[in-house]
Amino acid sequence: MTATGSSEGRAGVEVRLEHLTRKYATTTALDRLTLTLAPGELVALLGPSGCGKTTALRLLAGLEEADSGRVIIAGKDVTNVPANRRNIGMVFQAYSLFPHMSARQNVEFGMQLQHVGPAERRERATEVLDLVGLAAHANKFAHQLSGGQQQRVALARALAIKPKVLLLDEPLSALDAKVRARLRDEIRRVQLEVGITTLFVTHDQEEALAIADRVGVMQSGHLEQLGPPTEIYSRPATPFVAEFVGLTNRIKGEVHGGTVDVRGTRIPLVDPDVDDGPATALVRPEAVTLASNGEMEDGPLVGTVIAIAFLGAMSRVTVDLGDTIVLAQMATSAASQTPAGTKVRLTLRPDPVLIQREQPAATAP
Amino acid sequence: MTAASSPALSSAARPLEGGRRPTLSWVGVVPFFLYVGVFLLLPTAIIVGGSLLTPSGSLSFANFEGINKPYMFKAFASSIAISAVSAVVGAFVGALLAYAVVTGKPDGILRRTVMSGAGVLAQFGGVTLTFAFIATLGTVGFVYVFLLQHGIDIYARGVWLYDQAGLTLIYLYFQIPLMVLVFAPALDGIRPQWREATDSLGGGTWHYWRYIAGPLLFPSFLGCTLLLFANAFSAYATASALLTQGGVILPLQIQFLLTSETGSSQPGYAKALALAMIVIVLVVMTLYTLLQRRTAHWLR
Amino acid sequence: MNRSRRIKLQIFRITVFLVLGAFFLVPIGAMFEFSTRGNAINAPRTLEAWIQIAKTPGLTDAIVASLELAAITSILMLVLVLPTMVWVRLRLPRISRIVEFICLMPLTVPAIALVVGIKPIFIWMSNFTDSILILSFGYVILVLPYSYRSLDAGLSAIDLKTLSEAARSLGAGWGTVMWRVVVPNMPSAILNACLLSVALVLGEYTFANLMNYENLQVAIAYVGLTSAGTSIAVAVASLIFAFALLLILSFVRRPRTGFAAADPVELDLAKPLALSGAVIGRAGR
Repeated sequence: MTATGSSEGRAGVEVRLEHLTRKYATTTALDRLTLTLAPGELVALLGPSGCGKTTALRLLAGLEEADSGRVIIAGKDVTNVPANRRNIGMVFQAYSLFPHMSARQNVEFGMQLQHVGPAERRERATEVLDLVGLAAHANKFAHQLSGGQQQRVALARALAIKPKVLLLDEPLSALDAKVRARLRDEIRRVQLEVGITTLFVTHDQEEALAIADRVGVMQSGHLEQLGPPTEIYSRPATPFVAEFVGLTNRIKGEVHGGTVDVRGTRIPLVDPDVDDGPATALVRPEAVTLASNGEMEDGPLVGTVIAIAFLGAMSRVTVDLGDTIVLAQMATSAASQTPAGTKVRLTLRPDPVLIQREQPAATAP
Repeated sequence: MTAASSPALSSAARPLEGGRRPTLSWVGVVPFFLYVGVFLLLPTAIIVGGSLLTPSGSLSFANFEGINKPYMFKAFASSIAISAVSAVVGAFVGALLAYAVVTGKPDGILRRTVMSGAGVLAQFGGVTLTFAFIATLGTVGFVYVFLLQHGIDIYARGVWLYDQAGLTLIYLYFQIPLMVLVFAPALDGIRPQWREATDSLGGGTWHYWRYIAGPLLFPSFLGCTLLLFANAFSAYATASALLTQGGVILPLQIQFLLTSETGSSQPGYAKALALAMIVIVLVVMTLYTLLQRRTAHWLR
Repeated sequence: MNRSRRIKLQIFRITVFLVLGAFFLVPIGAMFEFSTRGNAINAPRTLEAWIQIAKTPGLTDAIVASLELAAITSILMLVLVLPTMVWVRLRLPRISRIVEFICLMPLTVPAIALVVGIKPIFIWMSNFTDSILILSFGYVILVLPYSYRSLDAGLSAIDLKTLSEAARSLGAGWGTVMWRVVVPNMPSAILNACLLSVALVLGEYTFANLMNYENLQVAIAYVGLTSAGTSIAVAVASLIFAFALLLILSFVRRPRTGFAAADPVELDLAKPLALSGAVIGRAGR
């Protein structure tokens, strides 16, 4: 590949954030965050706004200073190195292109600051613009480019300085859905091609799961769970993760000796080591299936379909059980068997679930 | 046409008169056009006609030749010098103040106070302003006396307050606030991401100002400076109240021509001067507009 | 932003505010100081100059004249401009550019130049009356850009078309639409336009001086020749009055809840100046 060919020193350094803490006047944005990015890995930090994910990225970039903790890039402690000497590529949320420079000038600017000669600058700019698929638009200005194209240029600009680390701060959040999905895959392709260690910050769980090697879910300044996307989704470590990533049904149940009894169905627990008593089970919509065969006796899992949301190949069916509402997700062909108004019986797949205790004082899993 | 542009109105009001609507619509704006016709457009026509036409109605530049005198050139030069210096200094100082303001809290009390104050002071001028400076820096003025008591005589080489230097200083009192008002929006258009992008690309403060903020703000800064120039160039009352000797700057020459014998015997001279002033202001304001348009899509 | 950069910025800001704060406040303070001086050196503070204001006959006449001028100009401006703007928006939107251009034109014609062309008209009018109040006809032109901007902002914030159509469908005539619908819906824009007019008229010197009328500013300059203390006292008083008006404005424009929030008003007097440039640009094309 053209870009990787000229970037020997770039591919893959290790990045370590150690016990990073950052307090603002009234809030703690980051609370002893520790995170290691393996060489060439793409880690996505996911969380609601204010969870500290952006602060973590800005501390790594050097745009803000930590109250305590260390930032180590390629084995070197850079905690006290200013942003402009960290050699980190950064892509911002939006509007970060210099509006008075063409795409090419934007890309060349960083190299200019590094005193790269004009000929090489030109060559490398062409190379990275080509890498992001924008070679044809090199002479356009930001206001002549679409939002997606602007972010591609921003990516090219960040990569042109051959940074050790690439930081992406919600780079897709200002774009519309279609462009977002395409550019997301594009970013991943480029990142794999260049092999650069990357931190990607987002509040969009779909984005994080689709792009990352590992996803870190954050809440109030600390990591709730860090792991591969499949693990985050199918084995959430905490109720927060379960609810933040994907849709979750909250159904009341009763814990008995390591399992939870939900409306007559016994489901194993992710963490069986909890006290007996009432609890809310967090059940994924895809763990709910439904059947309809004419006359049905009333029962705890019998209810009426009240809505069907068509999502393409999959559909989401909303079932009213009388005292609660449950979502089920299934193939559209299956969902069309039970139009709104149909009486159905639900079946809960016995995948291990997380529970949440009603009393705030109860133990968290 | 008009009926079609407001169909609901016409059908609700007088459905059968559609055909006569266009004529009726114009009736509503007649008073306004009559008024501005008499008190704005006619005076403008009087200036243009009176300066370019002979009494018999033919085109002539005699009036411009009539004011082609050394003392007129001196007044022109003084007017331009005072306007230029007060515009450039006002623009620099005003830009610093605007920067100090926009780097504070966006909705802070300081920002609101300074912007409101600037709105008031940008309009402040004339006799009152002149007196304020006389009370401050006049030969019995508060600050002058205070400095003198501490061994500093700012008039050791002559009293310059009633001079062009004094006038320029006084003009700064409304030029700086005007600059704050017109330049702050441009500074607000500078995004913090640009600074951070520069940082992440390896640039420092110098690189940021030299390659990013400077080039981005310069056209707007230049445009605002031109606006300040036009503002000072048009000012009359302050100079009239401050300067006792007449004719130092262009507006005072007009004053002289309007109130003296020479003026009444040659009414075209004042009009020629007025036309010259209008043309200069028009040119400057057009340049300002072009510069503003250039940065419009940068600093949105 | 890192800490040392933030500290440097704070030092810069404080310095700028202190130095310029002094530049702008000291002259106003000095006027106060001057107007309370006694006659002799080391004489005690006295309000003699202020008392003299009432005893100087020409001065009180001029103050009254200026206040009357301010009132007449405001009313004339409203009666002339507001119905026209409403009418143009509803019935003749295609001439709105022309109206805007005309209203902002006085900004590119300096008052000192305009007076040259307008003086013959006033000389002709003085055949009918010698009252100073005819100056209002000229002042309406001078305040036109500011009033236009303010009223335009107010009108843009209300759905004029729907409101007037609703009123008309209920049987209201144009007068009722203006008085009962438009005016009550943009109180702060109208107040803003009036206060700006008042402030500008009270500070006006060029027209009055060059057409030989004695308004407030001309009288201040005139009294200044004989009694500096008194004229500065009047100047301070008129300044305080104008500041008070403009400060009222800056509070009026704070958006509140409900319908008043849809009636934004801006204080920045420089905007029309900047706008006139835009108009020139358009006309030039």
